[in-house]
Amino acid sequence: MTRPTSTAPPATAAEGGAAVEKKPQLQLGGVEIDLGRWRDFSLVPVIFVLGVIGFIVSPAFLTSDNLIGVVQQSTELGLLVLAQALILISGRMDLSLESTIGVAPVIALWLVLPAEGGRFTGIELLPSGTSIILCLLVGAAIGLFNGFLILKLRVNGFIATLGMLVMLRGLHEGITGGKSIIEVPESFAYLGKESWLGVPAAVYVCLGLYAVGGLMLGYLRHGRALYAIGGNPEAARAAGIRVDRITWIVLAIGGMLAAFAGVLYTGHYGSVSAGQGKDMIFQVFAAAVIGGISLRGGRGTLFGALTGVLTLQLVINVMTLAGVPAEWTKFLNGAIIIVALVISRFVSGEKQD
Amino acid sequence: MPAAPPAVRADGVVKRFGPTLALDGVHLEVAAGEAHALVGRNGAGKSTLVSVLTGMERPDTGTVAFSGESAPSFGDTAAWRARVACVYQKLMIVPDLTVAENLFLNRFTGTGAINWRRLRARARELLAAYGVEVDPSARAKDLGVEQRQFVEIARALSFGARLIILDEPTARLDAGGIDRLFDKLRELQRQGVAFLFISHHLQEVYELCDTVTVFRDARHILTAPVSGLPKEDLVAAMTGEGAPPGAAGAAGAAALPRQATAAGGAEPVLRARALAVAGAYEPLDLAVRAGEVVGLAGAAASGNTAIGETLVGMRTPDGGRVEVRGTAVRTGSVPHALEAGIGYVPEDRHEQGLVPGRSVAENATLTVADQLGPYGTVLPSRTRRFAQRMIESLDIKTSGPSQDVDGLSGGNQQKVVIARALARDPGVLVAIKPTAGVDVKSKDALLGVVRRVAEGGSGAVIVSDELDDLRVCDRVLALFHGRVVAEFAGGWSDRELVAAMEGIEPEERAPQQEQGGRQTQPADSDTSDQPHQPEQPDEPDQRDQPEKGQQA
Repeated sequence: MTRPTSTAPPATAAEGGAAVEKKPQLQLGGVEIDLGRWRDFSLVPVIFVLGVIGFIVSPAFLTSDNLIGVVQQSTELGLLVLAQALILISGRMDLSLESTIGVAPVIALWLVLPAEGGRFTGIELLPSGTSIILCLLVGAAIGLFNGFLILKLRVNGFIATLGMLVMLRGLHEGITGGKSIIEVPESFAYLGKESWLGVPAAVYVCLGLYAVGGLMLGYLRHGRALYAIGGNPEAARAAGIRVDRITWIVLAIGGMLAAFAGVLYTGHYGSVSAGQGKDMIFQVFAAAVIGGISLRGGRGTLFGALTGVLTLQLVINVMTLAGVPAEWTKFLNGAIIIVALVISRFVSGEKQD
Repeated sequence: MPAAPPAVRADGVVKRFGPTLALDGVHLEVAAGEAHALVGRNGAGKSTLVSVLTGMERPDTGTVAFSGESAPSFGDTAAWRARVACVYQKLMIVPDLTVAENLFLNRFTGTGAINWRRLRARARELLAAYGVEVDPSARAKDLGVEQRQFVEIARALSFGARLIILDEPTARLDAGGIDRLFDKLRELQRQGVAFLFISHHLQEVYELCDTVTVFRDARHILTAPVSGLPKEDLVAAMTGEGAPPGAAGAAGAAALPRQATAAGGAEPVLRARALAVAGAYEPLDLAVRAGEVVGLAGAAASGNTAIGETLVGMRTPDGGRVEVRGTAVRTGSVPHALEAGIGYVPEDRHEQGLVPGRSVAENATLTVADQLGPYGTVLPSRTRRFAQRMIESLDIKTSGPSQDVDGLSGGNQQKVVIARALARDPGVLVAIKPTAGVDVKSKDALLGVVRRVAEGGSGAVIVSDELDDLRVCDRVLALFHGRVVAEFAGGWSDRELVAAMEGIEPEERAPQQEQGGRQTQPADSDTSDQPHQPEQPDEPDQRDQPEKGQQA
């Protein structure tokens, strides 16, 4: 079915053809650029509308307590989405993030907590001041191991990280014996519970990390390479980009971000529950997809992802305020994912498989 | 047999794809029980005709008739299958199912559960009827290429088809396999099955077929009995030799080689020593001097693409080395090749060239991301400026550096890929099929760019099977089955080069080329005493096999 493009057809036909072909494409391209430029902001009006609806539904919506609650809850989800967005942009996915958010703090605390006295006994191997660093290192190690499975052993990334999800959850429950850890060192909890200027510290940290991530993707060559790797790995390789190495680093960074989300989460609630992070991966994907991150890689921005997170949290908040029973939030979460998928499928015009 | 109506008869078939005319009123007639060859260069319209004959594409005008009856209506797959089948290069069977299941796929008889024993028995019967020795309970993926082809042919015949189209069936077979395939085909021919045989290997056409039809530029050129047609005339019909070389519209004055600069004994910018990839090509010595454009000509499986990919680091060679200006380059690593100054224009811009959905600027600067700002940063202003310069120097038709590459025409997309390769000012440019799928004007422009690169003091390698691409080269090496079979120093005729690429042995060509063929022999003997070539002992066998197959 190769068309005779290579041999020379009569020159006039080809010239005419080229002219016919080019014009609409250029125009089409122009439209696409405009669409692309605004696609990042497409959720901003949605967030605004949600705000208006919230204001109508309940007077409690527009109070600082409520809004601060929303943004604080957005930070933990937001960091997971940041991690997943980076991984998705480079054409991979990591399901195990939702377990990393729980198991990384557990391992870090296990390493620093005293061996006797508390409800949860650790091994007190290292001083408690190192707990955050340990937590991040555990996250990075999990990411590196995922990378080893996906890039070196070349196993299917979806199944490999699904296996890791279950395995790490098991490790978490095994270490803690299924109980919560309530003896959280002050240094570990600080970022999650402290407020600076009336706003949770976690919000500053989260926004800061998004900003750093956004700048990296836009202005660093290795960041920009993620789009090339996710968009067309073969082309990236042909252009001299070290595809595997960069993907591996991204997976490690993703694990670290998830572990850091664990730090914030733990500080926020003052303990590590046995189910910390459970089922969060669905929200992570929902927020990423609503935010315009393509599941096929190479497309999307962190700003879009952040608006996705806010939209999702606002919807849940407005529902709660409107008196929708908590038992129904799962149903709504699912419905939002489906609606977002369908919308993004038709907005982008590309099939998702 | 003359009394029987022709197995297929196509008349006045016209097929257009957008602006391109793929078939221009062609006709073809294959008599019952005949082995008919259809030959032509890439893009001559062979594949389109196959699509029309198998009911995959509806012709714009023209008629197709099988055994005297007009063709089934478009979309009636079952009816088409009962008349004609095509065995493609890519095998169309389900690899994880057994042979029996593949044979009866979607036509298990009876209702309810499948009776596996009966199915296998029927499969065995069917295979036996056509003399195919394959175990029906074997998984299709465990079969060799040859056996899979037999299974596909048997399946086609079991649908009732009396015309089988074979698209390059020998491309992946060894000599023994080719012999057995031909034996089988001749046997089936005696049972009244007609074959339309599409091949790039003219030797095989002469061996197997009764009649040959030549297409060129979407038109029917000739149909003649094979026995009465000298090889030179066949090649001439394929290339349209006789018309001045420039008449095809490509390779304008700007793109013509300049002998003078290249002839000087300049230091080679690129040198390959005993470079080899087992199964793809044999140890190769190659030197490209500054200012020189070297062509690696060869058909699909000749190994020329693999050589190009090895030079740029996409493939890891089994042995040998690559040097740029006398310094060894780490093989098998694109970053190292880039660093050493090897620019790469990949074979397929969609596969390896472009990142879809990203801007022209971003695509064009992928290879120079380290030069666009300090400390690993990429500054948008510098990226834009860089891209703008590329857009101007290569005359890329785009609304601006920030346009999405998907919106560009094929020729302009290809220019973006070339811009990417040139971005680092490479000492040598390796371009694989640089003009595939672009219109005539862009073709000229693209080849002009390659030429200019060489004139700027770099070297260039063009890997292609397109004569227009090769015409800008100062020197062309023709490859066949992984081996350099001839070298042309410019001034070659289309006929000579095509004959070499089609694997017609040197003694059948003019003596001048025979010499060219011999010049490359030292390349082989040179390497045979190198210790780091474990695959060396096998290679003489591999080299002999295809030739044996063709002389048989």
